[in-house]
Amino acid sequence: MIFIQQMINGLQIGSIYAVIALGYTMVYGIIKLINFAHGEVMMMGAYFAFLAASAGMPVWAVFLISMVGSALLGMAIERVAYKPLREAPRISALITAIGMSLFLQNLALVIFKADPKVMPRIIPTTPINIGSIQISNITIITFTVSVVFMILLTFFISKTKPGKAMRAVSEDKEAATLMGINANSTITLTFAIGSALAALGGILYALAYTQVAPTLGVLPGLKAFVAAVLGGIGIIPGAMIGGFILGFVETFAKAYISGRWADAIVFGILILVLSVKPTGILGKNVREKV
Amino acid sequence: MALLEVNGLTIKFGGLTAVDGFNINIEQNELVGLIGPNGAGKTTVFNMLTGVYLPTEGTINLDGKSVVGKKPYDIVEMGAARTFQNIRLFKELTVEDNVKIAYHNQMNYNLMQGLFRLPAFWKEESVAKENAMDLLDIFDMKMYANTLAKNLPYGKQRKLEIARALATKPKILMLDEPAAGMNPYETKELMETIHFIRDKFGIAILLIEHDMSLVMGICEKITVIDYGKIIARGVPEEIKSDPNVIKAYLGE
Amino acid sequence: MDFNNKKNYLFNLGAVIIFFVILKLLMNGNVINRYYQGIIVFICINIIVAGSLNLTLGFLGQLALGHAGFMAVGAYSSALLSIYLRSLELPVIMHLGTALLFGGLISGIIGYLIGLPALRLRGDYLAIITLGFGEIIRVVINNLKFTGGAQGLSGIPKIANFTNAYWIAVVVLAFLYALIRSRHGRAIISIREDEIAAEAVGIDTVKYKALGFTISAFFAGIGGGLFAHYMAYLDPSIFNFMKSVEIVVIVVLGGMGSLTGTILASAVLTSLPELLRNFSEYRLLIYSFVLVVMMIFRPQGIFGTAEFSLKNLMSSPKGFMKKMKRDASGDDLNGGGK
Repeated sequence: MIFIQQMINGLQIGSIYAVIALGYTMVYGIIKLINFAHGEVMMMGAYFAFLAASAGMPVWAVFLISMVGSALLGMAIERVAYKPLREAPRISALITAIGMSLFLQNLALVIFKADPKVMPRIIPTTPINIGSIQISNITIITFTVSVVFMILLTFFISKTKPGKAMRAVSEDKEAATLMGINANSTITLTFAIGSALAALGGILYALAYTQVAPTLGVLPGLKAFVAAVLGGIGIIPGAMIGGFILGFVETFAKAYISGRWADAIVFGILILVLSVKPTGILGKNVREKV
Repeated sequence: MALLEVNGLTIKFGGLTAVDGFNINIEQNELVGLIGPNGAGKTTVFNMLTGVYLPTEGTINLDGKSVVGKKPYDIVEMGAARTFQNIRLFKELTVEDNVKIAYHNQMNYNLMQGLFRLPAFWKEESVAKENAMDLLDIFDMKMYANTLAKNLPYGKQRKLEIARALATKPKILMLDEPAAGMNPYETKELMETIHFIRDKFGIAILLIEHDMSLVMGICEKITVIDYGKIIARGVPEEIKSDPNVIKAYLGE
Repeated sequence: MDFNNKKNYLFNLGAVIIFFVILKLLMNGNVINRYYQGIIVFICINIIVAGSLNLTLGFLGQLALGHAGFMAVGAYSSALLSIYLRSLELPVIMHLGTALLFGGLISGIIGYLIGLPALRLRGDYLAIITLGFGEIIRVVINNLKFTGGAQGLSGIPKIANFTNAYWIAVVVLAFLYALIRSRHGRAIISIREDEIAAEAVGIDTVKYKALGFTISAFFAGIGGGLFAHYMAYLDPSIFNFMKSVEIVVIVVLGGMGSLTGTILASAVLTSLPELLRNFSEYRLLIYSFVLVVMMIFRPQGIFGTAEFSLKNLMSSPKGFMKKMKRDASGDDLNGGGK
């Protein structure tokens, strides 16, 4: 019974990781940048939701404000900090991303102060009993909302014109540009979608843990990133798979081994997978042309 | 026994056989051309000879020793050096350092002797510097010694890559389309240089080209491949009039 | 390159001694008070740690994000040995020297063990693996008994001071210089430039990647050990991901592949947060803002791959500036063309 209970917990946290990992992977796929600020966009998304909820807005407005606000934030970050560095060495862009992450964290610290804020219960928690297993409605909502957005994203990327443009630009930016695709606006769009998803992850995370703090994005951000790499960075289904795997590994490690070793186990598994399959679970091996 | 003996060399990428049953013998001090249309598998042959790819089948013997399964750097030590179709220099380093790196295996001082600047370090480094300068002098590039490799004109970059390969003291030098991207004048000069290297260093040279006319002038023997298979072999005169070669180049 | 100019070495040694004497006099005259003295010691430690990372990042060209992990290994192993050595009542130099070497050695061994499999991966994947390793080290230290766990490790002899920190930093830098200007160093740099070309001229790339990474871990361990003996107290949370980032930032800001750049950046970035202490709340905000702006306007760092050389500056200030400009911008003034 405990096992099934843990499965459900893993599913909840896993779907949050998966949603955040999607943004990481999309951005990486299109500009080959590990967007370290992604976790902070998630944190900001959680704060936007906190503000909206504190103002007494309805649930749908809280989600909308948070996701749109974060999308705008993500676009702004891309324009201001990353775009000038597109031709610069990769490491410079990476440092900029780390700098951006620090900046947002400290900005939140100055604006909202260090003490965690209690997230208003925009959705009342009601436990649902199935046999002897108890599931919170938040768990079900988290899982459902995440899966719906994953399906929407998959549909968007495979069927719509801007989605196809995104795939084209991540395959080959120059060629895509020659085919008449506006690479710049496609990249901006990618940031907008990725950031909105991060905000979604942030709201779900805040609902699950009922708290919002400036450091909220650090650990989930790092883990979502691990999830993206685990699944094969740049590959969208990979991020989903990686997210769920990470959620399960973490919950089971906490439940059956030790909470204190959980993080080491998560990273240990990452290292193990990468040493066996260097490009992640769904990654393709590319041979360098000589 | 020939210097380089290749037999039944085959490589498959997935279902595609990129090179099929390739064979060649190269004697000491011979200048041999390997030609074929674009995509015929010439560079793939090179990559197998130099250990970048592992052949699916076949044998490669350099000076009587098999190189199959050896790492590229081991093959360099055994006496085969190469250049690349799309020039691969150490771009941010000076011309001198580019050459000196290739002298690495001819120096013997160990890490501690280097870190503590013991006499072995000073002696071998000054020998390496002298050798590098002499080599650059042969290529008329001594004045570029302190220039960053990426700032050299294109033709000089090609030359530097050849000089760097020679610094490893090879028995056979393999050049992958050295004239690619050059104008006719530069090409002519390069071909003279290649001839000169062969005579001066007494080594064998295997030259890849897709432009037939270039190799005709300087190679003693030519092998032609198309779709991974050998379609003709002989002296330039024979190759020129071979119907298979003409077909491969001009189409049906 | 005038690397085999022994006179140059003496000249630099002289400059290093003079600089030391000046600092020492200022400290004795209390112009530099104890507080600033502490900052200078931290600068020395950062020079060692960032200098060692520059070997991996700037010269070997491999992105590593777990350097704080090696620092932690060095700090804890040297501290544990040092506590044990205390009863022997060795002279300070021997005590500190043994402890630091031990810390460096353990860190180097672990670096080698991690490097062998990890260095098969390229670019971002190596970054992730090293990041993961850094986190694992921290969790391990946090959960072990003999490291003091989360409560931290106290009772470490406080025997590091400005004098020995300064000279250890000088020695580490001298070794790093000697390394990169030897055949082994050139082999390491060739991997950064083009791995396939390096193999094609006979460089055993696997061996030299492992060598560079191991030496890098070794010196990071020494830096960590020095840190332990200055703080006299260790807490695993010091060596978190942020610490690794701080070290990377020093290297990138100074210029990857420039040791003098690392020295300058260590000095600036170690003292900057201290100078901003009055703005405590805005301190990190300003720091991160400066970082982003700096990267946008000068992505190759302050020095690029150029090295500052006193002797060249003295003998020909004009030619020196020209060369610095060339290397710092990555362009060549006399070569022309791209």
